[in-house]
Order: sequence, then C-alpha cells, then structure tokens
Amino acid sequence: MIEVKNIDKSFGDVQILHDINFKFEEGKTNLIIGQSGSGKSVLTKCIVGLHEPDNGEILYHGRNLPTMRRKEKKSIRTEIGMLFQAGALFDSLTVEENVMFPLTMFTKMSKKEMRARAKFCLDRVAILDKNKLYPAEISGGMQKRVAIARAIVMKPKYLFCDEPNSGLDPKTSILIDSLIKELTEEYKMTTVVITHDMNSVLEIGDNIMFIYKGKNHWTGDKNSILTTQNKEVTDFVYSSKFMKMYREKII
Amino acid sequence: MNIFYHIGRYTQMLGQMFSKPEKFSVYWSRLMDEIVQLGIKSIGIVILMSAFMGMVIVIQTATAIDSPLIPAYTVGFTTKQSILLEFSPTIISLILAGKVGSNIASELGSMRVTEQIDALEIMGVNSRNFLITPKILGAVIIFPLVIVFSMAFAFIGGWFACVSTELVTVDRYLYGIEIFHDNDMMYLSYALSKTAVFAFIMTSISAYQGYYVKGGSLEVGKASTRAVVYSSVLILLFNYLITQLVLI
Repeated sequence: MIEVKNIDKSFGDVQILHDINFKFEEGKTNLIIGQSGSGKSVLTKCIVGLHEPDNGEILYHGRNLPTMRRKEKKSIRTEIGMLFQAGALFDSLTVEENVMFPLTMFTKMSKKEMRARAKFCLDRVAILDKNKLYPAEISGGMQKRVAIARAIVMKPKYLFCDEPNSGLDPKTSILIDSLIKELTEEYKMTTVVITHDMNSVLEIGDNIMFIYKGKNHWTGDKNSILTTQNKEVTDFVYSSKFMKMYREKII
Repeated sequence: MNIFYHIGRYTQMLGQMFSKPEKFSVYWSRLMDEIVQLGIKSIGIVILMSAFMGMVIVIQTATAIDSPLIPAYTVGFTTKQSILLEFSPTIISLILAGKVGSNIASELGSMRVTEQIDALEIMGVNSRNFLITPKILGAVIIFPLVIVFSMAFAFIGGWFACVSTELVTVDRYLYGIEIFHDNDMMYLSYALSKTAVFAFIMTSISAYQGYYVKGGSLEVGKASTRAVVYSSVLILLFNYLITQLVLI
C-alpha cells in the first residue's frame, strides 16, 4: 500500500499540488484522474521520487520516501515498475534487451536465467515473437506492451502507469487495460494509473482519486463515479457525446 | 538564467557522476562502447583532415620562405612544431568538439525528452553515472591516442606534399622533423595532456547541455548547438591557460 499525506508541490510561485491525501490500495488498480494540467503527473512524479514534495509524506508500507537515505531509496526503486506515456524504451537495445535491462543491473542472474525471465514476461504480454526487434521497429501498442514487460520483470510491488492508453486505438487500449488489471491481481501489486480516458476508468477503476486544480476533489470507484453529483466530476465524466448519451439512457 | 546556477548544477552533476557503479561489468562494457563510438569511429575523419593539413602546412611554409639564408629543413621543423604544439591537439579537438559534442548532447537530450532518463532513475540506476561517466572516461582515454594518429598522418601528409610538389626534398623535410628534438617529448606530453583536458571539457559540457534539456526536439537541437559553441570557446580558453602555464 502507498499512502500520501498532505502533499504540497510548487514550481516557483505556482502551486501545483495542494494538501493531497490518498491511500493507494494493494492488489487494486488505483486511478488518478483529472483534466490536463490538474497535477496528476506531478503527483505521480512526487510519489515515485522524481520530484521532491514541498511538504507531506509518501509512505510505502509505512516507509516515508522523502526522508529515506539514498540506499533505502534505491532499494525501494527496485520494487517499483513504471510504464511511461511514450514507453521510454531504450532505443539502442532490442526488445529482449530492454526487458532484461533491470535484471542485468540489479540481479546476479546468469544470462540464460535472464533470457528465460524476459521470455516469460514477453510471453505474458503476448509479444514474444518481436524480441529481436528494436523499439523503433514495432508499433506504439507493442512498445507499451514491451514497457509493461520491462516494468514487471523484477516482480515489483508497485506499478505506475502514466497514461497507458495515450495514442492507442480503442481495441488496443482495452487490451492494455486488461493486462494491467490482470497483472495487478496476479502479482498483488499496488498499481497506480494516471488517465483521463473514461473507458479505462470504467474498465479498471477499483479506487479512484479525481484531482481538480491540484486538490484531491473526489474519491470513489468505477461505479460511484457514474452516479456522483459532484459537478466537476460529472463535467469530466460526461464530457464526451457517448457518455452524455449513456447518461440520458440511464436517466 | 544565472551563470552561477549553471556552474553549480554542472559541478553537482560531476559530483554525482563519480559514485560506485551498480554493476562493474555493465559499466566496463559501456566504457568500451564509448571508446569505440567517440574515439575509434572518429579516427577516419581525423586521419583525413590531418593528412591534408600536413600537406597545406608544408606548401604554405615552403612558399613563404623567400630568403636563401633560411635552410630548407626549416619547412620540416616548422611543420613539426605546428602539428605537435597546436594543430593536432587543439584544432583536431575543436573538430571533435563539433562531432562528438553534438552527438552527446543530442543523444542525452533525446533520452531526456523521451523519458528514458526518468526510466533509469525510477529503476534505481544513477543515470549520470551510467550515461555520462563512460563518455567522459572514454574520451579522456582515447582522444590522446587519436591525436597521436593525427600527428603521424599530418607528418605523412607533409611528406606527400614534398614528394608531389618538390618544393622541399624529402631528405630536408625529414631532417627538419628530426632536429632540435630535445624538447619533443615534453611537447608531446604537453600536447597529449591538453588533449585529455579538452576531451574532459567537450564531453562534460555537452553531457550537461543534453542531460538537462527541457521541452521537445527543438530544445534538443538548441542544446546540441550550445554544446558545440560552449565546448569550443572553453577549449580555446583552456588552450591559452595551459600554454601559458606550461610553456612560459
């Protein structure tokens, strides 16, 4: 479980996050949703340690990340897997080498063992046949799957996904969402997904935080988000034509 | 932005670069890769430029000497001094700053904007140590060797000019290279030492420019340009300082 308490973050005079509190539950897909520029990515970067919050605590099973020593921080980071918006695969490495990279850096496994583990993970995300290709030679959806394989190769306790569906077609998006959900349950990970895609919210939203103007404005799940009376949330949820039609139908 | 801010951040980057590697074998193979990428792959262009520069120096010196009182071997001696002291270590370093500097800045800049550096950090890898240290070490190790190649091929170029133009006989040219050799070793070590300093400057400045890129591909391009300009200016400045310190 990850718990954030009273997180504030500013860049210069602009305050991005205001007193954020939330519990990201273990074995569930926790969603951070909100409009573009609401502070979702900044919050996530604070949680994974890429930004230092101005105030507050980020507790990984009770261990506060901002006050940790460098060694402890390093060990926490080996428990984190992250899927970036654009995949962030290393261009100079093949698909297989990308997946093996964390193993090469942090384990004493033999090359054969690493290959077997990478193969298992690539197979798990159904992209084993592309293992000898370079990231530039595969599609965006495939790159996302490789990035997921790299994120889970160390059997992480925490998985972060930054807009996993951006730039993907609806069918591939659903595939990625299902994969994230399945892996979360399989590895009993604490998964945090940043998204503003309503399909994802309805597919995998076990525990949702809605950020509005840098504040935790609403919390709930994929069922309660459809029935809430919170104005900002309903504006967000029912912004598309399809969702408006859906609301009219259920009313 | 304030120059002191950049100096501070640059110093901090250097400080964080030299930490214990996560895995020595991985870093060793990265160092070898960088030696090949930055040094071995530059040898071709260095040889080509050095040979032509050697030819031009010989022709210019030979045609500039009008007086019959100046012996013909002066051409060889002048060529040696120019190549050893200035042309190979400084001019070739400036050329390498253009080639290697833009390469490093754009590589690291692209990695930054595509979040590959963030990915390394999240995995727990010290990205400065992993990405920048092998480049700097690799260049400091291999560039002096590249400069030795440059010197050798500049002399060969000069020899070729003697043969093809007959402005000076090969005998006189070689004699000019050989005489007054008492200080040659000192000059050679001066040239190689300043090459190592230039290698450090061009790789660290370019790495700094690339590593801290913010924005998109346009910013990566700007960072590459800044890397080459700042590296070149600093190489010229340090060339003057080192020369004043060592030769006076």
